[in-house]
Amino acid sequence: MPELLETARRVAGWAKGGEQVEVFIVRERNTEVRAYDGEVESLTASESHGIGVRVVSDSRQGYAYAGALDESLLAETLAEARDNAAFAQPDEFNGVAVADGVTLADVDLFRSDLADLSTDDKVAFAIELERATLAADRRIVGIESAEFVDMIYESAVATSSGIASSARETGCYLSTHALAEADGDTQTGFGFSVGRSPTDLDVAIAAGDAAVRATRLLGAVKAPTSRLTVVLDPWVTAQLLGIIGHTLTGEAVLKGRSLFAERMGEDVASMSITLVDDPTDPAAFTASTVDGEGLATRPTTLIDGGILSAFLHNSYSGRRSGTASTGSAVRPGFKGAPSVGARALRIVPGARDPADLIAEVDNGLLVQEVSGLHSGVNPVSGDFSTGAEGVMIRGGELAEAIREVTIASTLQRLLHDVVAVGNDLEWLPMNAAGTTLVVADITMSGS
Amino acid sequence: MLDHELVNQTLTVAMSTGGEFAEVFIEDKRSTSALFDDGRVEELTSGRDRGAGIRVVVGGSTGFAHTADLSEAGLTHAARAAAAAARGAGGSGRAVVVSPVDVPRDPPVRIAPEDVAKAGKVELLSLADAAARSEGPSISQVSARYGDSRRRILVANSDGLLAEDDQVRTLFSVSCVATGDTGLQTGRESVGRTIGFELFDQTDVGDLARRAARRAITKLRARPAPSGEMPVVVGPGGGGVLFHEACGHGLEADLVAKSASVFAGRVGEKVASHLVTLMDDGTMSGEWGHFTIDDEGHPAGQNVLIDEGVLTDYMWDRLRSRKQGRTSSGNGRRQSYQHLPMVRMTNTYIVNGADDPAEIVATTESGVYVAQLGGGQVNTATGDFVFGMTEAYLIENGEITEPIREGNLVGNGPEVLTRIDALGDDFAMGSPGMCGKDGQGVPVGDGTPTLRVTSLTVGGTAA
Repeated sequence: MPELLETARRVAGWAKGGEQVEVFIVRERNTEVRAYDGEVESLTASESHGIGVRVVSDSRQGYAYAGALDESLLAETLAEARDNAAFAQPDEFNGVAVADGVTLADVDLFRSDLADLSTDDKVAFAIELERATLAADRRIVGIESAEFVDMIYESAVATSSGIASSARETGCYLSTHALAEADGDTQTGFGFSVGRSPTDLDVAIAAGDAAVRATRLLGAVKAPTSRLTVVLDPWVTAQLLGIIGHTLTGEAVLKGRSLFAERMGEDVASMSITLVDDPTDPAAFTASTVDGEGLATRPTTLIDGGILSAFLHNSYSGRRSGTASTGSAVRPGFKGAPSVGARALRIVPGARDPADLIAEVDNGLLVQEVSGLHSGVNPVSGDFSTGAEGVMIRGGELAEAIREVTIASTLQRLLHDVVAVGNDLEWLPMNAAGTTLVVADITMSGS
Repeated sequence: MLDHELVNQTLTVAMSTGGEFAEVFIEDKRSTSALFDDGRVEELTSGRDRGAGIRVVVGGSTGFAHTADLSEAGLTHAARAAAAAARGAGGSGRAVVVSPVDVPRDPPVRIAPEDVAKAGKVELLSLADAAARSEGPSISQVSARYGDSRRRILVANSDGLLAEDDQVRTLFSVSCVATGDTGLQTGRESVGRTIGFELFDQTDVGDLARRAARRAITKLRARPAPSGEMPVVVGPGGGGVLFHEACGHGLEADLVAKSASVFAGRVGEKVASHLVTLMDDGTMSGEWGHFTIDDEGHPAGQNVLIDEGVLTDYMWDRLRSRKQGRTSSGNGRRQSYQHLPMVRMTNTYIVNGADDPAEIVATTESGVYVAQLGGGQVNTATGDFVFGMTEAYLIENGEITEPIREGNLVGNGPEVLTRIDALGDDFAMGSPGMCGKDGQGVPVGDGTPTLRVTSLTVGGTAA
């Protein structure tokens, strides 16, 4: 890693007078092992690296990247970014980040036992995962995929303004997709286990979850259209938080694309909702101590007891809003300039067990899976409509399985209609954690 | 792109541990994108991705490694890694000698993107912004994006094949936000073709921008969408997404082979209304999902998947077709040299029908008319799928009336295919799409005439 930072500093040092340069370098090693029929279906060993350069000159911004670190490419990439800047239009708030005195969180996100894990051990994980999934229930007749994935990630950011930060993280997960069959009906379910080190991974949990999720949908029927209470599975909540996170960025607010733009200090959600983005939480799969512009990440409470309390900012949106970066610059790898985004969102868990919350629902739907979040949820207007499958709740008991329905509301209403928050918290391989939520008054469209 | 002797040498190393098949895929991609947002040209980005992906197949196992280092040392290292990953049974291996195969080539693009000054690309963006804002003061935000890419590929394998292609794509999109009493609404339009900058001789970006703006403005007066089952008429072009999700993915041979498709084992059966003839056609020159050879070196195909309602074939890549002792259908694609190829769609479309589109609407008592679809998603094992409507209206007494708010529609592929009872004579290709599968995105096209599904579940909030 020292050489990544060294290279980044060197290129940033080539800035001309009156010009700001930011250099981001990343190196990643990944393994993906897929098992099928007791054998390795595919084993992918990746090593990739790349550089992204941002140049701000006369308040104009240009960007260029290259998927290699050859010496000749470094200079070419900087030259290309510089050339690109000349074609952009000026914005007085453009610029690289400036050190803000916040120190990096003292958490270790790198586990050498993952870096040292042998290929044979990775293969064994995948094969055992497939075996355990098939063995979890006699109705599991096949798998779509069973895989072990790991990543070792190193990055460095250096700027002509003196920032020089680096970070390294490890992560791994098991993921399995089971096919269940009974009486001519086929259903699917997935299971995960995520961690930073192989010792965090639990084959039995991933396999068991996939089996439960697939088998409990067997015999699912379409339900009649109605308004009811829904209980969102942690996996569904996490995906929902990912979308809400988008609407709470300074970028969306400044550009008139946030439904929360004028709502600071107002009631935007039920009192039971406190929403935090904390990239320094080592339990979060996507945790990182450094943001995309080289500043220290830090926790931000976005919604506090239902009151909108903060937006996330990178250095641009912070400056333009008259505030400062919250260390929330995120990047699409090295191929793009930093934007603003949440890294590790979670709802502060409530006091009640999810099972107790379900027991109190008289007429409802436990939503196990949603589909079409990208096509049916509009984070600008707030329109919310997704495909759903799950299990009906009648008199507090799980009843028949349901498929081919949609649930719909608006994001604004949905946040207010949360009537209870579970005491569970589950980190997933995405930028949010899952917690069981009970939401009243949702339209379920069916037959 | 690469010395043939070095290709031979790399493949020989890849086969040295007893592999049955080895392939080297070289890619050199240059891309430019320019973003206009919030009243100004925000940024220009240019990039270069270049590298090789090497796979080795032994029995049912595939080993894969990639490298950005195209030197002899880099390629040898990656070939060894792929061979080790495939866990060959050992053995002597054999020397590989490749020779170029004759593949169809597209004529060179008329205006190569690299020959167009950046200022010319940027100018289109400002034009689009001005045109969108001219639609009225309720347009509160406009973003426009220009993108081009030139992707040169070389595929060579242990069967001796060597094929090359040079793919140029150009894309332009406009997204608008309108603000009114009811809050914010959005409208989007895009155009993308596998051609060069001549795209803008055919496409007026001002028109495109005005359409996006009008869509956002129209939706300001949209009422909540209905909920429940009802007839749905999908306008020309848009319905492609429906078929992409309802059956396209389910006809991909890799999913079929794992019995993860409701269409497994159904070739020769009637799976759709007799009106439906479904094609997947990578040869459609200029279309967004077009190429001359796929990412395994196989020529693009014109494949009939459903013929007047009868399932005729699946889509195939090399790995799955080889197991079945047949040839690939030219559907082996990958996002980049860093990814393994798998079965993917190209341009998927429904052959034109004979009905008068106006008549289709007029004979629909009440229901929903979808003018533009968003993306979708499918569970191929159950056939349940959703797709979004980004511009839709109520149909009341055979007439298109009020606009409705966005939402998803949900249906079951095999059921929906049999419920198509009208097909217009107004075939059109839809908007350029990026299809995601297993974390890989590839450009795909689709098309349909106006069509009616007798019953689909509309996921709104209104009774």
